[in-house]
Amino acid sequence: MAVVAIGKYEFEPSDGASNFHGARIIYAGWDEHLLFSCPYAWPLPPNLPFAHFVQGPMSEAFGQHPDWPKIDWATVTWTRNGETFSPEMDRSIAENGLVHKDSLRFQTPGLAGLDGKGF
Amino acid sequence: MDMPVKKKKLGLKERYALMTRGLGWEPSYQSIDDIFPMDSFEGIKIHDWDAWEDPFRLTMDSYWKYQAEKERKLYAIVDAFAQSNGHLTLSDSRYINTVKLFVNGFAPLEYMSHRGFAHIGRQFRGVGPRVACIMQSLDEMRHSQTQIHAISNYNRYYSGMAEFRHHHDYLPYLQVPKSFFEDAATGGPFEFIVAIGFAFEYVLTNLVFVPFISGAAYNGDMGAMTFGFSAQSDEARHMTLGLEVIKFVLEQDPANVPIVQKWLNKWTWRGVRVLTLVAMMQDYMLPKRVMSWAEAWEIYFEENCGALFRDLARYGITMPPCVEQVRLERDHLSHMAWAHFYQARGTSDFHVWLPSEDDMDWLSSKYPETFDQYYRPRFEYWAKCEADGKPFEATAVPMQCQVCQIPMLFTEPGHPMTLAQRHVHYRDEQYHFCSEHCEEIFNDEPEKYIQAKIAGHEVFKGNAFRPGTDPTAEGFNPAAEALAFFKVEHGRDNGLHHGSHDHRNFEMWRGLAKTND
Repeated sequence: MAVVAIGKYEFEPSDGASNFHGARIIYAGWDEHLLFSCPYAWPLPPNLPFAHFVQGPMSEAFGQHPDWPKIDWATVTWTRNGETFSPEMDRSIAENGLVHKDSLRFQTPGLAGLDGKGF
Repeated sequence: MDMPVKKKKLGLKERYALMTRGLGWEPSYQSIDDIFPMDSFEGIKIHDWDAWEDPFRLTMDSYWKYQAEKERKLYAIVDAFAQSNGHLTLSDSRYINTVKLFVNGFAPLEYMSHRGFAHIGRQFRGVGPRVACIMQSLDEMRHSQTQIHAISNYNRYYSGMAEFRHHHDYLPYLQVPKSFFEDAATGGPFEFIVAIGFAFEYVLTNLVFVPFISGAAYNGDMGAMTFGFSAQSDEARHMTLGLEVIKFVLEQDPANVPIVQKWLNKWTWRGVRVLTLVAMMQDYMLPKRVMSWAEAWEIYFEENCGALFRDLARYGITMPPCVEQVRLERDHLSHMAWAHFYQARGTSDFHVWLPSEDDMDWLSSKYPETFDQYYRPRFEYWAKCEADGKPFEATAVPMQCQVCQIPMLFTEPGHPMTLAQRHVHYRDEQYHFCSEHCEEIFNDEPEKYIQAKIAGHEVFKGNAFRPGTDPTAEGFNPAAEALAFFKVEHGRDNGLHHGSHDHRNFEMWRGLAKTND
């Protein structure tokens, strides 16, 4: 709906892709691992291979969890903005079809947090 | 020869009429719509502004007298507290972090409220509400000042408060209360008064004031306790004003009902989301506790506001639907929030700590359905990490909700181990929300919320660096630069409480005060 306002009310979004110096914001959260209170955000170059995203920024953020080294990446499932998503590790962020401000979540079958308690 | 003139003393009612309504006039050479251009565009229809009844009938002259009296009493106590090193009589140094949260997160909102009420005190064409809004505007200014004065005593000794104004404007977690108030202040005058005058001051104010002010009393903070009491009579007036506004607007025209209902739905939710900070303070930050968040919610919302909404039912107003979710989150809110602040402590301006065994037993007794099952294991694991010398800390930038701006830390209602997310595609861009209620607020006015300054994104855009910073320079450290821009002194203002400067100083000074060494 339009904003009820005293005059014309149209604005450019504050976080349009062009404001991030060529990077795309990508979010990622790890299901059943609530040791991390929320998903995180990264500005990523579109040509960054997806595997480098996983081994770099994601590993840095999630690597503190004892489950991280145990992940079998072949079995990991992903969603993008709530819908099934199958990234190809050797292809880039852009080639995987990821656009600015896409929200990823991943599930690691068999690993449900410390003591299997979801955190 | 001067003849003594016998003065006739005016009665209260007469004086109120002369000193408020009597100050207005009918314009003759400008149209009234041009003079008050803002009180009609929201669609609220007022047929008779004179139907406004001010329950307090307060006039400006008595207002000054009354407030001056309170100021004298307040400053006598604040000065005595400062001169006698009252900060050393606090229950524990952890308490000071509550004061930091208050001055950074809340006192600037009082100032925003002053600005908002001053604005609408100009914009309503009815004289009665204009005068009431101007007085509330002055109250809010006074509250902000007395809070800052009382807390300035702590700033002489402890960290995290000196830059409260800058922190409020830029520090990520403080963008939550800041954007809340900016959302209200950029609505029209009726939305502002429903949002702040009613939803915040009436429905939620006790949930803010009781924990902070009783918390101050329980923990030996005479200064904060006194400004709380000094503000209390004003708050009572504001609550009455808030209720009066709602009833006035609802009685004026049935077409106003759905508009007001929409605002109540929105602002109850916005308010409760901001109160996440208070819930956390209440359950985790007070060394001597007052009551749990769950108990406060039961008394001040379920009982008091339940009665209020039953009262408003005759106008066709119903309980905001979000209350269902708030009930489901009641036993989770403070735990989720503290777990987040604990790990995000690097970008905060107060110190955090893990709950002790005693604290956790208290939390289990207050939250028997949730604490032991969902939250205790996390805190115990982090305690083990600390004991091993490897404290757990989040290093990445949180994803935030586009509307409430809180990191996406809330779980699905009824599913405490699944983080909630909602997504909307608007004008070729993705937006994400913590809940369906924030999503609904966005969908109602997307053009407003696409302008949100999301703190994490501001860092990525390069807006959180000091002027002259060169991000291409060798060895550039964006996290350190952002903290410098935020004016957070890393290792002093943020981090763990135990062993912090504040903790050590407090223990040393209190030791000096109690012994002969």
